[in-house]
Amino acid sequence: MPVVKAVTCPVCGSLCDDIELTIEDKEIVKVKNGCAMCESKFLNYNGKHRIRKPLIRKDGKLVKATLKEAVRKTAEILAEANYPILYGWSSTSCEATRVGLELAEEVGGVIDNTAVVCHGPSLLSVQEIGISSCTLGQIRHRADLVIYWGSDPWSAHPRHIERYTTFSEGRFERSEWRGYVAKIKASIGRKKIESVLRRLFLKKKPTVPSSYLEGRVCPTISREGRKLIVIDVRRTKSAEMADYFIQVEPNKDYELLQAFRALIRDQELDVDKVAGVPVEYLEEVSDAMVGCNFGALFFGVGLTMSRGKLRNIDAALSLVRDLNTRTKFIIMPMRGHFNVAGANTVSTWQTGYPYAVDFSLGYPRYNPGETSVVDVLMRKESDAALIVASDPVANFPRKAAEHLVENPLVVVDPHMNATAHMADVVLPSAFVGIEASGTAYRMDHVPLPLKRVAEPPRGVLPDEEILRRILSEVRKIKRKKQVAAEAQ
Amino acid sequence: MELLVKNGFVYDPLNGIDGEKMDIAVKDGKIVEKVNERKAKKIDASGMLVMPGGVDIHSHIAGSKVNSGRLLRPEDHFKDFEPKTPITRSGVGYSVPSTFTTGYRYARMGYTTVMDPAMAPLEAKHTHEEFNDIPIIDKASYPLLGDWWFVLEYLREGRIEECARYVAWMITSTKGYAIKLVNPGGLETWGFGHNVRGLDDQVPYFCITPREIIRGLCKVNKLLNLPHTIHVHTNNLGKPGNYVTAVETMKCVEDLALENKPAIHITHCQFCAFKGDDWRTLESGSEDIANYVNGHSHATMDMGQVIFADTTTMTADGPFQFALYELSGNKWVNHDVETETSGGIVPFHYRRKSYVHAVQWSIGLELALLIRDPWKIFMTTDHPNGGPFIAYPKIIAWLMSRKARGATLKKVNPRARSRSLLPSIDRELGFCEIAIMTRAGQAKALGLKDKGHLGIGADADIAIYNVNPETTDPSRKYKSVRRAFKQAANTIKDGKIVVNDGEILKHVGGATMWLDVQTLEPIKITEEMKRKFKEYWTVEYENYPVTEHYLEVSRPITVKADV
Repeated sequence: MPVVKAVTCPVCGSLCDDIELTIEDKEIVKVKNGCAMCESKFLNYNGKHRIRKPLIRKDGKLVKATLKEAVRKTAEILAEANYPILYGWSSTSCEATRVGLELAEEVGGVIDNTAVVCHGPSLLSVQEIGISSCTLGQIRHRADLVIYWGSDPWSAHPRHIERYTTFSEGRFERSEWRGYVAKIKASIGRKKIESVLRRLFLKKKPTVPSSYLEGRVCPTISREGRKLIVIDVRRTKSAEMADYFIQVEPNKDYELLQAFRALIRDQELDVDKVAGVPVEYLEEVSDAMVGCNFGALFFGVGLTMSRGKLRNIDAALSLVRDLNTRTKFIIMPMRGHFNVAGANTVSTWQTGYPYAVDFSLGYPRYNPGETSVVDVLMRKESDAALIVASDPVANFPRKAAEHLVENPLVVVDPHMNATAHMADVVLPSAFVGIEASGTAYRMDHVPLPLKRVAEPPRGVLPDEEILRRILSEVRKIKRKKQVAAEAQ
Repeated sequence: MELLVKNGFVYDPLNGIDGEKMDIAVKDGKIVEKVNERKAKKIDASGMLVMPGGVDIHSHIAGSKVNSGRLLRPEDHFKDFEPKTPITRSGVGYSVPSTFTTGYRYARMGYTTVMDPAMAPLEAKHTHEEFNDIPIIDKASYPLLGDWWFVLEYLREGRIEECARYVAWMITSTKGYAIKLVNPGGLETWGFGHNVRGLDDQVPYFCITPREIIRGLCKVNKLLNLPHTIHVHTNNLGKPGNYVTAVETMKCVEDLALENKPAIHITHCQFCAFKGDDWRTLESGSEDIANYVNGHSHATMDMGQVIFADTTTMTADGPFQFALYELSGNKWVNHDVETETSGGIVPFHYRRKSYVHAVQWSIGLELALLIRDPWKIFMTTDHPNGGPFIAYPKIIAWLMSRKARGATLKKVNPRARSRSLLPSIDRELGFCEIAIMTRAGQAKALGLKDKGHLGIGADADIAIYNVNPETTDPSRKYKSVRRAFKQAANTIKDGKIVVNDGEILKHVGGATMWLDVQTLEPIKITEEMKRKFKEYWTVEYENYPVTEHYLEVSRPITVKADV
């Protein structure tokens, strides 16, 4: 049985590239090294939700069509539109995004990627403050303090901690895996003792120390070696394994961040609690931040999409920037989709802007809030849409989604998702990273090749090829129009 | 297609042609002896300058760092954009232009070859993907190897030959062109937020000094027979008093030079020619550097000229960028790359009225004028660190005209003006010297055999500028010279006319040049290397190299190594 090694996993922004796939009769039968999300994608991608034939809406129903018809129809929709939207891009290859940008320029539309509803605020803040960052290997080798804020890597980026941070083995820092196992064992032991005590005395449960409500909080925070701190509104799976967990009150991240900024400058706070956390605990954490050799702060959508949005990120980026005058500190957004970083990257090198790029005046314009897709839809300005590898109907605000489906809508996707159900044209595409090769950018902007390990269903093309065909068809239509106009 | 450029004043210093009126014949993208005059397309260049296409030895135009700069500076793009035309793609400027615009703007100035000087090996694919979107010009990139753990470890153990084999592997697998050192040792030290202070400061945990790294890689460069020398961004860059470091850096490889051939290239020398103890007492160290370079033949350098404008500084020198952030308070990006290098970006505005900036401006020109041999110093702005490349015509005017220098000098900070050496320098360069500093010399230093000259067999990359050397005195009429160099009358790339009067006629893809370094025995990925890969990087070795799939127009140059 052929085994394909070093496959890049097309699921989350961690982009693990050490997956081993066993292929039997052109099908993936076994996945090695992957997390649950990875396995589930590689083993089940070809499920019942797969679209296998292009569809066009006729008399209110989606009916099967040939690829040529569907491409032709798409091109007509885009060429006739005054202000079309081209949205998605985070779950496809950079090569496809490249063609998408050319198409957007040709039809004079707005091109936007899913960062707009995810880490868009992070990008805006970077433009305001800058960012002190690095590649993930740097953290593996050097970080002795890792903080996850508003992000639950254990569930959303399952191998992040093991491959890149606390549990990875670096040149200057050891893995904390053993410490974690010891901690788990101790907690199991403690539970056993408790149950024995309960049975012996048959009385009410002895009080279990809960987070920081007990005397001195955390003896582990001042110990040697790698430390993990989790800051979140709820006790997540990642929080369970942390040396220290801070439960911030919902929507109060900004206050907490600013409190840390004051504390690392050795300023005193006049209050007892910030965001529901006693100041003395914050002082301890800020001491750990200043005292570490190399600290890393990862933040997730918990910070970008809670109250304050980009202001939260402004504060986080400033905190890390300030920390660099005391020690070495870096910050990194936990990107969700496997190639959302790539979509931003390609857009930036071609247009100068990472997302929300408007070509309606013939050159790239960028003004998030005006040229971002959700806002365009809310103002009911667009008159057609092309969605590539995304499902906005399921994710966008209801009003935005309503306007989206009112106008001609084309979906390029391997799945029959909610948006595809509402579309006028549906073009099935091959799975990038499984049935189509390409390039994706990891959350730290390291480019990795995506492999083609299986055959797509017959007649199903990769996004890049579909977009190329649409582009050439659009150009044909435009040329005809021009000739006709000249003849008159 | 055949082409005949008729009656131009040809400046081709590599072939000893200095303003002769002659025809240049082109066939199938190469310069040929003659073509069929009736069939060939003719370009009338009478009364114009004909030069080889411009070559830029050091300009940050692509890759992860440049792209972070683009991302960081929307305000830089708002004021400068180019709409789409039926031929060209749209884009934005100014100091960090988007890819298409970069290609067009270089071509409009008659440049056809540009080297990107800083590629983090781990992110090499990114650089090459951007190269594919930079039209018209030919490109290459230098991988950053001065702080790569492999290099540090093998050099420390004195295993030069093994080091050379790994460097060969790295250059070939990242599709790079030369060995780039940036603040050798300092970037590894920056991993924990510190820096090295000089050539003999130890790199923590690695027991090696910058001097040993520079000497080691210089020897490696020779063992591999690479066409270019090592390309060095010195330690202590951007600090007052650092001209000593620059001279010491050149001195430390003096004994490694063979037969008067260059052994080291000091890049953007202006930034490491500062004299003085702090910013207040800053002075020009250009005289000391020029004296050294005039007396030795093993070093070349480029200017890194400062332009008074709002620009974006970006180097792989992380600690320097941090210092610049602390100095300016502007927004700051840092990007360290595991086991290899680091990088930083800070927007910066050079102001005429600032003493330091005016001194810097003066230093760049002093270097270019005090170093007597134009084959040793080349014109760059270290785009975009000193200023955007579109300012090259201004520099040409300053170099050719005392009057032009005086006009700018009048407007700068008075204290800087009174200390500047420029009023005491009478030298004014001629067109031939400009041709050397902007193309011939750079091509020679890079070892590009088919570029930078118009001899038979060379690539038909030609620039025609609308200025008549017989009737125009560049010393007095520097403005018309500046205008001519800003917009080439014609740019010819691989025998195709791509620019006419500053207008792009064709969107053609430029090639990516890279070195295929062939060692005596082909390099195999050993078990040791696989093990190190697992330990050092977070990617698999299969996914590390840049495959040819990433190069749309690939131009490999084979190099036979001695190891």
